[in-house]
Amino acid sequence: MSGEMEQLEYAIAEITEIASGLGLDHYPMRYEICPADIIYTFGAYGMPTRFSHWSFGKIFNKMKLQYDLGLSKIYELVINSNPCYAFLLEGNSLIQNKLIVAHVLAHSDFFKNNVRFSATNRNMVESMSATAERISQYELIYGAQTVEAFIDAVLAIQEHVDPQLIKPHRYDKRQQTEEKIRRAKQANQQTERGGRSGHYDDLWALELHDDTAVQEGQTAAASFPPEPEKDVMWFIQEYSEALEDWQRDIMSMLREEMLYFWPQMETKIMNEGWASYWHQRILRELDLTSDEAVEYAKLNASVVQPSRHSLNPYYIGLKIFEDIERRWDQPTPEEQRRFGREPGKGREKIFEVRELDSDVSFLRSYLTKELVRDLDLYIFEKQGPEWKITDKAWENVRDQLVESRINGGAPYIVVQDGNYNRAGELVLKHQYEGIELDLKYLERTLPYVHLLWGRMVHLESVVEDKKAIFSYDGQKHYRKLI
Amino acid sequence: MSYTPDPYTFIVSKEDWSLHRKGYQDQQRHQEKVRDVIRQNLPDLITEESIIMSDGKGVIKVPLRNLEEYRFIHNYQKHKHVGQGNGDSKVGDILAEDKPKEEGKGGKAGNKAGEDIIETEISIEDLEEMLFAELELPFMEEKDKKDLETIAVRFNDVRKKGLMSNIDKKRTILENLRRNATSGSPGIHGISPDDLRYKTWEDVAVPRSSAVIIAMMDTSGSMGNFEKYCARSFFFWMTRFLRRQYEKVEIVFLAHHTEAKEVTEEEFFTRGESGGTICSSVYQKALEIIDARYPSASYNIYPFHFSDGDNLTSDNERCIRLIGELLGRCNMFGYGEVNQYNRGSTLMSAYRHIKLERFMHYVIKEKGEVYAALKRFFHKQEGGSGS
Repeated sequence: MSGEMEQLEYAIAEITEIASGLGLDHYPMRYEICPADIIYTFGAYGMPTRFSHWSFGKIFNKMKLQYDLGLSKIYELVINSNPCYAFLLEGNSLIQNKLIVAHVLAHSDFFKNNVRFSATNRNMVESMSATAERISQYELIYGAQTVEAFIDAVLAIQEHVDPQLIKPHRYDKRQQTEEKIRRAKQANQQTERGGRSGHYDDLWALELHDDTAVQEGQTAAASFPPEPEKDVMWFIQEYSEALEDWQRDIMSMLREEMLYFWPQMETKIMNEGWASYWHQRILRELDLTSDEAVEYAKLNASVVQPSRHSLNPYYIGLKIFEDIERRWDQPTPEEQRRFGREPGKGREKIFEVRELDSDVSFLRSYLTKELVRDLDLYIFEKQGPEWKITDKAWENVRDQLVESRINGGAPYIVVQDGNYNRAGELVLKHQYEGIELDLKYLERTLPYVHLLWGRMVHLESVVEDKKAIFSYDGQKHYRKLI
Repeated sequence: MSYTPDPYTFIVSKEDWSLHRKGYQDQQRHQEKVRDVIRQNLPDLITEESIIMSDGKGVIKVPLRNLEEYRFIHNYQKHKHVGQGNGDSKVGDILAEDKPKEEGKGGKAGNKAGEDIIETEISIEDLEEMLFAELELPFMEEKDKKDLETIAVRFNDVRKKGLMSNIDKKRTILENLRRNATSGSPGIHGISPDDLRYKTWEDVAVPRSSAVIIAMMDTSGSMGNFEKYCARSFFFWMTRFLRRQYEKVEIVFLAHHTEAKEVTEEEFFTRGESGGTICSSVYQKALEIIDARYPSASYNIYPFHFSDGDNLTSDNERCIRLIGELLGRCNMFGYGEVNQYNRGSTLMSAYRHIKLERFMHYVIKEKGEVYAALKRFFHKQEGGSGS
């Protein structure tokens, strides 16, 4: 037993040294060996210390069942934190753990260096533990059912946060918002009076017109929020009149958790591709026995195996990174001439990509015609009862894939109006770009929004090329097609 | 290679995780919610064909729509997706086919992730448990005690003398341990006759109760499959419910059109005949059978009549009179009418005016109402005891 641990420690030391030698820059690592049900618990919750909720129990149940039936297996789980926690499945063989450690080190390097992660809280393990503690306190005070029903509602809109990285210095969102409203009112009063006190007033006024053009029948002065607000979670938590303090607290904590997970959703393909690329490179440096080599090859093949119909992010990401490295190592004469690309810069280039890109820009910039062809990617859609391949043109495939990764794959929804009809009603707007919403889900989600907002809620979207407004007043649903 | 691991770069540990039960706790909470959903769906579930046509064992699948985590999502069906082939994919290839219009039931092909209808399985026994928790048998009567008591044995005592076959091994060993311990040589050894303990019994009188259901149904031409199915669902659950309350439950099947006869269960539910309807014929037949075979002194009798409401108008008065007679012998009388199009019903127009406590009626318009009918007929009495 302790012999095994020693062997593992020795292997990890060796792999860590190789990884550092190759340029990976990771956090200090904490490896923890856990039984399957614990790994699956962490997998379901996304974090060992996360709060309790039945929906995690549901995922856990499903994942554990698949494991018990031998349908799927999680070998490891890695947490974006400093130090970086990696959980290894008890019973992994030494060679499996070698692959996993190499893989995990690359994830850790990605967490530490990719710009999307630059604002994430690296103490999230503790933060989430505190959140869980607070939520269970609220359960004691307000009743488990009440708290659970509230969390159900919050989770229904949890994706609608604003993960932007570039924020004004000493940013206070509420202050900013109110400042904008104040300024808009002022400018509006001035234009109404027809008076001009400064040279640039006409420019302010222009901006105002832009903002208010979309709002029907409302004067500029009343526009609230001043600009469509992407952070629906924040807006509700901040301005809903129906929430009590403990509810605002839960909302803000869950919003923090979502912002923490967001970069992982945004870089799924890159992150997995990067880790797969590196476990392959690192394992090449190790002396493996022939048995180990075979076992490694099997496991590696199962990780990066292309899957039919859906995309395996490990495989796509890996292929793109390999392709970038090749193209920057051996640029064609044309690339050398046109872009001034010098040969042998492959490694440097992929490190740059892992630092600056997210899935959207990664796919847009580096999914080439040749890759689409070699990977045999295609577009499929539903025609009648059949799911059919309808397009193989590489630009379309690339654009479709990019589109599916925008906003982490979730519909882009903003708060359009927080005081609709001057009755404090909430208007959300789906920024329609050709993909309709699932109406059944929409109408089941609105009641949750209503619970959070406390007044009538509306969602504007597009159905069959027509503007459609879905409303819920606490009892009934209304649909209006325009 | 001589590399000494730097203790600050990494740590490998293995802790005891056995107390980390969060996953299981939330899993249990989820399962409680699943049961709640099933309870809410009882009206639809209990008329599932897979149950009514079964032997009452096994499991059924229940869709769990209410337990999906609703949020704003794209319509999977209406948008384009990127997939990956084996290198030979062509425009026009068909990847999968949706089965035509079968919402929520396996109508999805392998590659679709969007519409994921979650199902759970529940055994019919569990379903029964939930359903019957809401029902109670009204107007139960104690029947003639002398005839209906049976003697049962109950092991409730332990003695030092008894039959060898009834030896209580556990207590005997305990006695032996105790004796050895007090004598200073603990352990199990040298079992003496003094240690032996025997279980003995006591005779207890258990009241034996039995019930009979007189299942009556109109099998005339106007009773279609839907009507029969509703009746069948009702009798299915009623029989199972009464079996719980009584030690012995017999069922008599009486089919009628213009005249009534006793039939087998099979015939009762499947046979259809043409012609008109005279309901009093079956009530008369029920009375005859009760008088001949099921004296009300020793049986709880539950006559239930299902029909579509069609009756010879001139017969109504006779029906009402016979119901009165039946109620003199029976615990209650139930009339269920299956009337999905809300037609005018000759029988109901007469029965509506019957004001007898033990006469109950219910009009079933759709399958889901079988549940409501069960609840009407077997409702919990106010005050709870409901004897």
